[in-house]
Amino acid sequence: MSEAFQIILLAVDSAIRLSVPLLFACLAGLYSERAGVVDIGLEGKMLIGAFAAGATASLVPNPWMGLLAAVLASVLFALVHGFASITQRGNQIVAGVAINVLASGLTAILGNAWFNQGGRTPQLPSGARFNEIVLPFAESARAIPVFGAIYAEVISGHSVLVYGALALVPLTWFILYRTRWGLRLRAVGENPAAVDTAGLSVTALRYSAVIMAGILCGFGGAYLAIAQSAGFITDMTAGKGFIALAALIFAKWRPVPALGACFLFGLLDAVALRIQGVSFPGIGQVPVQAIQALPYLLTVVLLAGFIGKATPPRAVGVPYLKERS
Amino acid sequence: MSARPAPLWLTAGVVPLVNVAAAFLAAGLVIALIGENPLEALQIMLRGALGSQYGLGYTLYYTTSFIFTGLAVAVAFHAGHFNIGGEGQALMGGLGAALVALSLPFLPWPILLPLCVLGAALAGAAWVLIPAYLQAYRGSHIVITTIMFNFLAATLLVYLLVGPMKMAGSMAPETARFVPGATLPLMNQMAAWFGLTLTRTPLNLSFVFAILAAIMVWVLIWRTRLGYAIRTVGANPDAAVYAGISPARITVIALLISGGLAGLMATNEILGVQGRLINEFTAGAGFVGIAVALMGRGHPFGIVLAALLFGVLYQGGAELAFDKPKITREMIIVIQGFVILFAGALEMMFADRIASLYQRFAGQPVSA
Repeated sequence: MSEAFQIILLAVDSAIRLSVPLLFACLAGLYSERAGVVDIGLEGKMLIGAFAAGATASLVPNPWMGLLAAVLASVLFALVHGFASITQRGNQIVAGVAINVLASGLTAILGNAWFNQGGRTPQLPSGARFNEIVLPFAESARAIPVFGAIYAEVISGHSVLVYGALALVPLTWFILYRTRWGLRLRAVGENPAAVDTAGLSVTALRYSAVIMAGILCGFGGAYLAIAQSAGFITDMTAGKGFIALAALIFAKWRPVPALGACFLFGLLDAVALRIQGVSFPGIGQVPVQAIQALPYLLTVVLLAGFIGKATPPRAVGVPYLKERS
Repeated sequence: MSARPAPLWLTAGVVPLVNVAAAFLAAGLVIALIGENPLEALQIMLRGALGSQYGLGYTLYYTTSFIFTGLAVAVAFHAGHFNIGGEGQALMGGLGAALVALSLPFLPWPILLPLCVLGAALAGAAWVLIPAYLQAYRGSHIVITTIMFNFLAATLLVYLLVGPMKMAGSMAPETARFVPGATLPLMNQMAAWFGLTLTRTPLNLSFVFAILAAIMVWVLIWRTRLGYAIRTVGANPDAAVYAGISPARITVIALLISGGLAGLMATNEILGVQGRLINEFTAGAGFVGIAVALMGRGHPFGIVLAALLFGVLYQGGAELAFDKPKITREMIIVIQGFVILFAGALEMMFADRIASLYQRFAGQPVSA
């Protein structure tokens, strides 16, 4: 097999791993923003989720318990966000900033107080993590040219959360465009007054979307702490929530393009890791920072309206006030 | 029949105090949760921050940075925009100051120093120019673009500090030291000129700049035509058009001022203390500015007070982490988060209740 093909396979494989937390957070933001609630607290919810997963899995060596804890912690934060933005009709962006700052402070201080490892949670044994699943016939399929290698390297050998995240894309598409709840969710993000007139509760719909965002951020956090790594470390999300937000805009708030955007940003991340110190013929060394800056740069260019137009849901960011006569 | 609106001391005094008290109560619960005594912690913090010349110097040094970033957020707020990019603009402010200091070291200090300060302000303003333009003329949301520009500033600075601007022979990501003429005097040095002896702390001349900036922002917002235009655009951009004010133009101008103020934060850290450009020198001051502006309700006087409170928290928090290793410095970030939550996102949670309480006691009719 050619070396270049092997390199591409490995890059795609690591891009998939790196794009999974982005995908969870991006789809989380999609539910929330499609329902009209701006969510810049994706980062914080993922972080608290990662911490809860790492902490719980170190006490109860079962990854599913870790995942459950991550979801609960993240949903709790989502409810705070919902209470501020829906019930109190506060500024949704400020609420998101509060979530991020709180998560960053709380995970560090609680982690340090409870585990005495400078904010880390204890290193997890293999049984407390989501391990890689080798799909059937992965090894014997290697004999098949091209497809065999793709199957063994790229498709097989991920944790259950990776397959879950990928399955979530068509699922979200189906929920959003083919179910009653999805239709109402989209409506409440475009024209809440119309939804209200139809006799549906804007508040309940928006809360359900915010809770959905909490659940998915919990999955993303759990993936970081107990699938990709073996425990929580301080500031583990490192801006992934914001890249996910960029991906959401890049995907123009649609689930299938969200997969593409997250994969693209994951691939950029994988490339940035790989090209450190590599000299390219004719170009020389490409600074890693240039690649790292690309997701942010691309998003700004997109927002500027140079690559199509990213139109957010119409009522996004606007608290709904039922008018009293 | 509608009730008389609540008086100013209630809306601008009691309500913010109750919000901040709620934030501190929540933070106290976190301290209790990790098995420490919140009241004892508060005592250690206050003593550490205000109990000595040394502590007070550090407190005011932190306050300086927060006044700048708080004012930056507030000016944008008045124009109806949320500049979340103070962190990136402050980083670029440092870069601007460093570029001037390192490229014109031969100038005498009375010219060089003002140029360095100007460089910080201009670079901070320049970093918000693209987001401001895109917000004003293409409708790209300033919150998202400034978040992206924060990350871009951080990566740009890392690139420059490990690459082109790195001091030869140094392992750390930092530039060469500036010439003495490009640095601000420390407060204890200035006191010595007048024969006074002060403990050496990082507090420097930029504290005076920060107070001046607060006064100038007050004059700008409430005593000039531009300030009036900014407030009009913030209150109602459609009405502004009918008043002959261009919301797009005012948006760009207000955000440039905001970015310039954020950039000036670098005068404290880079020109005042470090005397060279280092990585991540803002240490979150841009985000503290959000909490400070919300707590100070956009008014320079409130911002100076709120910045002082956060200065106390930062210095007191450092002392607290020293005394009680379980309460690490991140406790300040937790308090900051609660302040943003209660004074920002949940701003109105107690307001209605307090207003109706007041009306009951003041014997005013309550609107049905």
